[in-house]
Amino acid sequence: MRDRLLLGLALLLAIALPWLAEAAGSPATVSLATRMAIYAIAAASLNLVLGYGGLVSFGHAAYFGLGGYAVGILYAHWRSEELLLGLIPGSIGLLPTLGAAMLLGGASAAVLGALSLRTRGVQFIMITLAFAQMLFFLFVSLKAYGGDDGLSIRRRGEFPGLDLRAPAQLYWLCLGLLVGWLLLLWRVTRSRFGQVLAGARQSERRMAALGVSVYPYRLVAFVISGMGTALAGGLMANALRFVSPDMMHWAKSGELMIMVILGGLGTLLGPVLGAIALVGLENWLSAWTEHWQFILGPILLAVVLFGRGGLMALLRRVLPA
Amino acid sequence: MSGGALLRIEGLEKRFGGLRASDGLDLDVLPGELHALIGPNGAGKSTAIGQITGEIPPDAGRILFEGEDITRLPPARRVRRGLSRSFQIVQLLDDETAEANAALAVQAAQGHSFRFWRDATRDEGLRAPARALLRRAGLPDARHRVLAADLAAGERKQVELALALAASPRLLLLDEPMAGLGASESRAMTETLRGLKGQVAILLVEHDMEAVFALADRISVLVYGRVIATGTAAEVRANAEVRAAYLTEEEGV
Repeated sequence: MRDRLLLGLALLLAIALPWLAEAAGSPATVSLATRMAIYAIAAASLNLVLGYGGLVSFGHAAYFGLGGYAVGILYAHWRSEELLLGLIPGSIGLLPTLGAAMLLGGASAAVLGALSLRTRGVQFIMITLAFAQMLFFLFVSLKAYGGDDGLSIRRRGEFPGLDLRAPAQLYWLCLGLLVGWLLLLWRVTRSRFGQVLAGARQSERRMAALGVSVYPYRLVAFVISGMGTALAGGLMANALRFVSPDMMHWAKSGELMIMVILGGLGTLLGPVLGAIALVGLENWLSAWTEHWQFILGPILLAVVLFGRGGLMALLRRVLPA
Repeated sequence: MSGGALLRIEGLEKRFGGLRASDGLDLDVLPGELHALIGPNGAGKSTAIGQITGEIPPDAGRILFEGEDITRLPPARRVRRGLSRSFQIVQLLDDETAEANAALAVQAAQGHSFRFWRDATRDEGLRAPARALLRRAGLPDARHRVLAADLAAGERKQVELALALAASPRLLLLDEPMAGLGASESRAMTETLRGLKGQVAILLVEHDMEAVFALADRISVLVYGRVIATGTAAEVRANAEVRAAYLTEEEGV
């Protein structure tokens, strides 16, 4: 009961943030919070496979980047009025572009997951990393879409009744999608599907002895996760009005993993806390010194070493269930 | 042996380098019987179990379950056909309670789990049969909500048995259910198995001879990867080859 109250309070605070920021005279906070919300969607998606499923995917930046490029490429074709592959018209509609991002993310997660889920342990980490790097270099070499330099998006997605040029509206959109996505993940992890996924993390051998082959379940989790990460990528393309291969760089995969582990593996809200903490630290420390990573490292180390279970566990110590 | 065997193993061969872990292994389990498989250390019991459950592919030979060849079937599909097993080293989901472990087993027995919306953790359709299974395996109600990792060794063995029973198997393969148990826990498990006898065919692989002789309808003795004798407790005890094999192990039959 108290937990729900606190959660409701936090949500109200999050909704009121643009007004609070205006009152405090720091409008930049809104775009910072937008990035936090977007990364929280990506981290929560990664958490489904990493935290609940125990699958250490070191290539989730690939889906993040693909989601971004889906939006960027559709914009470029909308602008040039040329059909993509001679078939698909460009678009700046919010629904078609974000839908395309999720579709692309889900489809590529299905293909890459189908291949990489045949391996285990370190091999799995390496193969997911390798696939993501392949995509990274593919987009570096795609000169039609800016190659190394990336792709500028002059206009944010359009949706009747929304004006995403207003930072607050973009923020509310991202916040709303984050809340919706978390509700969905919450249901999924508690469903029969979620029970099998968590069982497979703890003992694949036990699941086989119960008559369950875990592969198809892991694959579906991978696809859901890829779709959510790509949605985040599509939102990021709207927020920054820019996409580049850096979105799929392995360092980005690492950042997403840090958010999940920092926040608390296999918890619903951990990745949100992780995303807020990492994006926040990055922002404040980099305003301070350009060697901000030098400070970030020890902080991460301290949380992981002394706060087993991440920020979520620390929070639980302050607020016992 | 009659053609009505539930499980029939014919000429199973498995080599690990120079070691013949299964060397023309033949074995029949009849419907409804409790058949014990015993043998000195290194006789190839674990290899035999691995091949029956599907974790180890045999080099040659056949395994028939209810008359159908399952030699190449993956482990999970054998379970779905009604050949359930327990592990010698208990394999539980340690982050979950005993009840949640059993509920997942009930869920698996009910068919596929591609259901994404309804809360399975509060589904009485899973929880009630789960509790019934745990009771059937001898775990008292007060222990159902304890994390699997926090249960005593004997209780973990009971949960292990409950999970194997969830699929309503026609054959239960029990891999040393007494291993690691104290004397009283052992006796409790013996009584639980005696209660199951007749409801389901059981292939019992066990070191505890007291339990084996108390429970088994028939006993097969495995030595150097092959069955050297099959029969009732009295027949096996009287068998000269069996006595010789066990005397060299200095382990009285």
